[in-house]
Amino acid sequence: MKIIVCIKQVPNTNEVKFNPETGTLIREGIPSIINPDDKAGLEAALGLKDRYGAQVTVLSMGPPKAEEALREALAMGADQAALLTDRAFGGADTWATSSTLAAAIRLFEYDLIITGRQAIDGDTAQVGPQIAERLGIPNISYAEKLDVQDNRVIVKRQYEDRYHLISSPMPCLVTALSELAAPRYMTPRGIFEAYREREVRVITRGDLEIDDANIGLKGSPTRVFRSFTKGLKGKGQVVALDPTESAQWLVDRLGEKFII
Amino acid sequence: MDFELSKEHELARNLFREFAEKEVKPLAQEVDEGERFPDETVEKLAKYGFLGIPIPKDKGGQGCDTLTYAICVEELSRVCATTGVIVSAHTSLSCDPIFKYGSPEQMEKYLRPLATGEKLGAFGLTEPGAGTDASGQRTKAERVGSGWVLNGTKVFITNGGKAQVYVVFAMTDRSKGTRGISCFIVPSDAPGFSIGKKESKMGIRGSATSELLFENCEIGAENLLGEEGHGFGVAMSTLDGGRVGIAAQALGIAQGALDETVTYVKERKQFGKPLAAFQNTQFQLAELKTRIEAARLLVYSAAWAKDHRKNFGFDAAMAKLFAAETAMAVTTMCVQLHGGYGYIRDYPVERMMRDAKITEIYEGTNEVQRMVIAAQLIGKLKKA
Repeated sequence: MKIIVCIKQVPNTNEVKFNPETGTLIREGIPSIINPDDKAGLEAALGLKDRYGAQVTVLSMGPPKAEEALREALAMGADQAALLTDRAFGGADTWATSSTLAAAIRLFEYDLIITGRQAIDGDTAQVGPQIAERLGIPNISYAEKLDVQDNRVIVKRQYEDRYHLISSPMPCLVTALSELAAPRYMTPRGIFEAYREREVRVITRGDLEIDDANIGLKGSPTRVFRSFTKGLKGKGQVVALDPTESAQWLVDRLGEKFII
Repeated sequence: MDFELSKEHELARNLFREFAEKEVKPLAQEVDEGERFPDETVEKLAKYGFLGIPIPKDKGGQGCDTLTYAICVEELSRVCATTGVIVSAHTSLSCDPIFKYGSPEQMEKYLRPLATGEKLGAFGLTEPGAGTDASGQRTKAERVGSGWVLNGTKVFITNGGKAQVYVVFAMTDRSKGTRGISCFIVPSDAPGFSIGKKESKMGIRGSATSELLFENCEIGAENLLGEEGHGFGVAMSTLDGGRVGIAAQALGIAQGALDETVTYVKERKQFGKPLAAFQNTQFQLAELKTRIEAARLLVYSAAWAKDHRKNFGFDAAMAKLFAAETAMAVTTMCVQLHGGYGYIRDYPVERMMRDAKITEIYEGTNEVQRMVIAAQLIGKLKKA
């Protein structure tokens, strides 16, 4: 089985702050991490590899620095890594990102593609499903459990108030929730091998068969009209009661405001 | 010259920090108060390869370097000094001498299971009458038949009773003084070997510190580590390496106490403002941070020296002396900055101050480090 996992390097939003004037993230000096949903997807792929045997390829599109996320994935146990990086890919929205990633994925053989549900710096949840659309393969999103039986994937797909059990033939694409799998620790040996013995394949514009109209800023139909930080409405109220009393307290307050 | 850690060392630090925060910190107070050896943590340390970091891959280790190992001990000790010393004693005092002096058979039989973490190691040098003066060994080993018989007692042995492999020193020829000391590998199931009293300590209370009893303990000829009569050299060179581990432990304790204190002084208010707004607090914190960074440079350079120079004892002694004194001074001031709350067990700086003290004592006291440093500096004096 050949699995491709798409990962994104993102700023650790636990530590990130907004510039209220420009409405953008202040990224300077903020540590970068593998997007948590993507990391859960990688763990799910490594779990399948442990159980059934698989070749796990990690793919990331980003600036050269995104290589760090790929090395980390190698240190966790991925078999090979590729970085999709080129000035021409810069400024991409989800449309251009998914078309670029799909073009890169066509360079590989695959049975299963796993992406995270969404990235913590964008929260769109669009790239995974768009990749599936472009490749013409089935897509199952919001996976909280994933297994493979008889060349089909079986996914427990999360809903707000229920779940679906979905089976699909491969190849297909699954988007992972962070609950899908708790990522394993790297090993010191894995880290040293990832940096000293392993290669990260670099894929640039010239390697892809793709129309310029579908990449980078020019290939991105999204226009951001304005972004802003929501102001605080007022101070919250903190009560220290046991769970039953606090639930009652909350119901009473919501009742007073005619919300329920 | 480059003072940046490499990408792999940075990533390794992230790994050790995450592991320490998630797996080790939640147990730190409990293992201290209950004087409980954290067996479940040791199992995880083994699983993730933290028990053979500087040992080559073909010997069962992780194939990293001493700096990576030092960063591991530092990060573990930042949240729990007990866990730091378990790794340090195992790696520096047990894996290292077998790697350096062991035969191919000894490496396969003893080093491999230690480096993979399948077994835990310990080091038996100290005796009731032979502490700083390690040459006063009373434990003796006699050739009987094709093997050796050991008799004597070791005290204050870290990982004692928990380890399965012990690197032990004994007199094989008392008439030759230090040249009559030899080193042996003793498995915990050797006939005549048992564990005596377990010590109750001021700090690092979760670590096992025990007596080793040898009563006609029989081991094979193949358990001699290095050459007969060369044991004192094995002990001294092993302790040079061990000092890098303990220096890293001291550094971690100091950093942990500072991190706790920075959080505390921003929250705690007196006279209507946070403690952090007072210049005394600010100046003290600046002082502590500066000392810790100086210690870190010494510790990392000693770790580097161990991998790149034949003689690194001088570097290791300076690193351990300075880092241990830094840990003691920093934790003492951190308790002071916490005021009354620093003296009670609700805040970890109380434990950290108790943990710091041992770093000034074991694997060579501060005074021994000064002797080592001065000896290197002055050399042999001519007789008057």
